[in-house]
Amino acid sequence: MTTTRAAARPAPRARRVSPRVRRAARRNLTAYGFLSGALICFALFSWYPIVRGVLLSFQRTDAAGDTRWVGLDNLRTVLADPAFAGAWLNTAIFTLLALVVGYAVPFAIAIVLNELRHARAYLRFVVYLPVMLPPAAAVLLFKWFYDPGPGLFNQILRAAHLPGLSWLDSADTALLSLVLVATWMNLGSGTLIYLAALQTIPGELYEAAELDGAGLLRRVWHVTVPQTRLILLVMLLLQIIATMQVFIEPYLLTGGGPEDATVTVAYLMYQYAFNYDDFGGGGALGLMLMVVLMLFSAVYLRVSRQDAR
Amino acid sequence: MTNLPRAGRRTPAGPRPRTLVNPNALRTRRGRAVYAVTLLTVVVTFTFVFVFPLYWMVTGAMKTPDELARTPPSPLPGGLDLTAYREAWHQLDLGLYLRNTFVYALGAWLFTLAVDVTAAYALSRLRPLLGGAVLGLMLATLMIPPMVILLPAYLTVKDLPPLGVSLLNTPWAIWLPAAANAFNIFLLKRFFDSIPTELLHAAQVDGASPARVLWSVVLPVSRPIVGVVSIFTVVNVWRDFAWPLLVLPDSERRTVSTAIASLAVQVPQNVLIASLVVASLPTVVVFFVFQRHIMAGLTAGGLKG
Repeated sequence: MTTTRAAARPAPRARRVSPRVRRAARRNLTAYGFLSGALICFALFSWYPIVRGVLLSFQRTDAAGDTRWVGLDNLRTVLADPAFAGAWLNTAIFTLLALVVGYAVPFAIAIVLNELRHARAYLRFVVYLPVMLPPAAAVLLFKWFYDPGPGLFNQILRAAHLPGLSWLDSADTALLSLVLVATWMNLGSGTLIYLAALQTIPGELYEAAELDGAGLLRRVWHVTVPQTRLILLVMLLLQIIATMQVFIEPYLLTGGGPEDATVTVAYLMYQYAFNYDDFGGGGALGLMLMVVLMLFSAVYLRVSRQDAR
Repeated sequence: MTNLPRAGRRTPAGPRPRTLVNPNALRTRRGRAVYAVTLLTVVVTFTFVFVFPLYWMVTGAMKTPDELARTPPSPLPGGLDLTAYREAWHQLDLGLYLRNTFVYALGAWLFTLAVDVTAAYALSRLRPLLGGAVLGLMLATLMIPPMVILLPAYLTVKDLPPLGVSLLNTPWAIWLPAAANAFNIFLLKRFFDSIPTELLHAAQVDGASPARVLWSVVLPVSRPIVGVVSIFTVVNVWRDFAWPLLVLPDSERRTVSTAIASLAVQVPQNVLIASLVVASLPTVVVFFVFQRHIMAGLTAGGLKG
């Protein structure tokens, strides 16, 4: 093995180094050789950009390409932007609305699916199908559905003798329309994760609850919910983190309009960088979003640690 | 949650585990009626909500612009007219963008496997000094949502340190960042950790090098997890939007998603819809074929950040 090979050709200067140390050194060298690809990729595309994101928020690069420190100037610019407060408000409303529809519904669907004995494979397949579409395709599909004239949604409303809506064209309904397509696209993953969690609940718990005279809804409340409490909490945090980054929906559907009703923080960040050519301002917005989302991430990490225990 | 995904696993046949509803209640006449009504409602609702929009998309692309503008709409297209699909292929040059996306996905897959499998193996089996710290630093990136480092990551790719080259409009801008995936490393490492040590020792006693052990012992038994990582890598590249939008701005280099998005306003409605169908087909086909792996991976990675 390694020992015999090492002993066969002792290097003059390494004579005092014990074979154990040499073996450990060689193992470390091999290990870091194996790790080198990942270390380079993480350093360049993950670790460095994170640091740079923080620095970026306090720097300004002029047209000539010279970068200088500007302290809190970027932050001040962004805070003074009339669109700033609206962007946070829109993001918060979007997240909240997405929670109202997109959080409880998959759980309810999963509970019903878990009781069905037929068509399970079909239902699971179908509910996850929209998740597999490229988001750009799903969003553009809904853009066509939202067309107030011949779009599918108003056609359905008309067929039901209800007044049509202006969907994306009105500041009142635009944000709701974005939530609708986001929910349609993402409902499936939550449903399947809940379904997997429900299958781990021991049946005896339901039997015992039933013997105690608990009806169907009480069994959901006193058995199903407590038994899936952690996964419910984890999914809540994950959904908040995911929806607060909303970008593709306003980018493709509304361009932030009408009347800035759908400008979100991530979209404003994009605009600063690529429309106003102000990467410092965009970076400041990104940093703020990072701080807010990291708070949720920290809670998530605590919760999932608990889960692992 | 923490169960490893096993490809092709089937639930063992046997008595159905007790769930929320009492099985005896389902045997009564009333129970059976309620069950039938629920089943029917769920199947109809799901079909309407999740399948009908896709049906509307596929048939919408077969309608003429006149037909599309009609109220009330025709439930079926006038005929099996594939003109819009043909036009989408030619006008939007979909062949080019599908080929681009395929190249990006393929390269991302190869790089991800090469980089993440070796890294996970080193962290799991070779256990170098500071290995725990390295893993911790990698996992910490899961706490940073991708959108918040979009701008600095773009600037990095635009002027890559320390070489000072720009990766914009090159496949490298997709391939290399895809490999920096902590979640893949986490999944692979957890799987490698569970491989019995005796299996590896036997190979080491035979004098096999670590690379040899990885290739001939570890990889063959890790096919399920490698499959899950592969599928998710390819599908993620195919579905990604914001990142390729920024780093592949050249119209010749776009992915199918960003190309359709940028050309959406210039083409007739039915041609656009046809292109949406074409863009969606590959991932839907992948889902058909690898359904079991994808669902297993989803629940194994339920804690994905």
